[in-house]
Amino acid sequence: MAFESVSAFLAMGGHAPYVWTAYGATAALLLGVGWHARAERRRVIRELRRRARRERRQVESTRVSTDEGHAR
Amino acid sequence: MWAFIHKLGSPKWFYAISERLMPWFWVAAVALILIGGVWGLAFAPADYQQGNSFRIIYVHVPAAFLAQSIFVAMAAAGFVFMVWKIKLADMAAAVMAPLGAGMTFVALFSGAVWGVPTWGTWWQWDARLTSMLILFFLYVGVIALRGAFASRDSASRAASVLAMVGVINIPIIKYSVEWWYTLHQPATFSVTSRPAMPMEMWLPLLLMVLGFYSFFIAVTLMRTRSEILRRESSKRWVRELVGEGP
Repeated sequence: MAFESVSAFLAMGGHAPYVWTAYGATAALLLGVGWHARAERRRVIRELRRRARRERRQVESTRVSTDEGHAR
Repeated sequence: MWAFIHKLGSPKWFYAISERLMPWFWVAAVALILIGGVWGLAFAPADYQQGNSFRIIYVHVPAAFLAQSIFVAMAAAGFVFMVWKIKLADMAAAVMAPLGAGMTFVALFSGAVWGVPTWGTWWQWDARLTSMLILFFLYVGVIALRGAFASRDSASRAASVLAMVGVINIPIIKYSVEWWYTLHQPATFSVTSRPAMPMEMWLPLLLMVLGFYSFFIAVTLMRTRSEILRRESSKRWVRELVGEGP
């Protein structure tokens, strides 16, 4: 441990504003990028499933309407 | 060999293989960055001249490495796309650009913050800082070009050309500290040569650099997979894959 106490660690020998700003910006980028990648994947899959359901419904409805046509 | 390259270029094959590889890179990224970060912040000794502000090196150097490596990777992917028309390379190049821009921004930002206590200024128009700023604008240009065309193929080709031309900036960044008299010091970190700093300062930096590379690979795999689903959404294997769920 390079520091004697938690408060000394937080103070960074008087360089706290610089050290924590640089680390904060980096952490924000990494977390933001990771979160975005996850959200993007979920969004894409949700969108594709919605489209697949819509197409399945369309196929079913056309089948029903042609069946009715034959019955008539 | 060629069969292998074409297999590698097949989105379906890549989607399957990346699913198995990706978790390892996520685990490596989280573990290395956490260990390297805590080590660098709390356990590495303070610099005898800079005191604790030197700890910024553990985020500044990995970000600057990535900023340049991602650009080279993006230009290489653009080259593969232009020469062999491999769509997968273009998808990878597309998802790399924003991460590269982010890394460049963090490298510039953490450098500016570090400059205040160390140099007494947050910005100087010296060769290293200016060429890094140009790198940032190149990333922004590549991202903007992709959005500026109605046809995807034109956009991909324009972005590839800009990346391939812009890669000339990378050696300029690397050698700027040697060619010109700069405020920025020459490189203090190298994987190949003997470290210019004590082991207990250098090891956490090595972990951070490896962690950032793992993070880049994990994010690129994950986002390329999303891009594959998006662009290949009409393909049968994608429909079958997505249709499995509710």
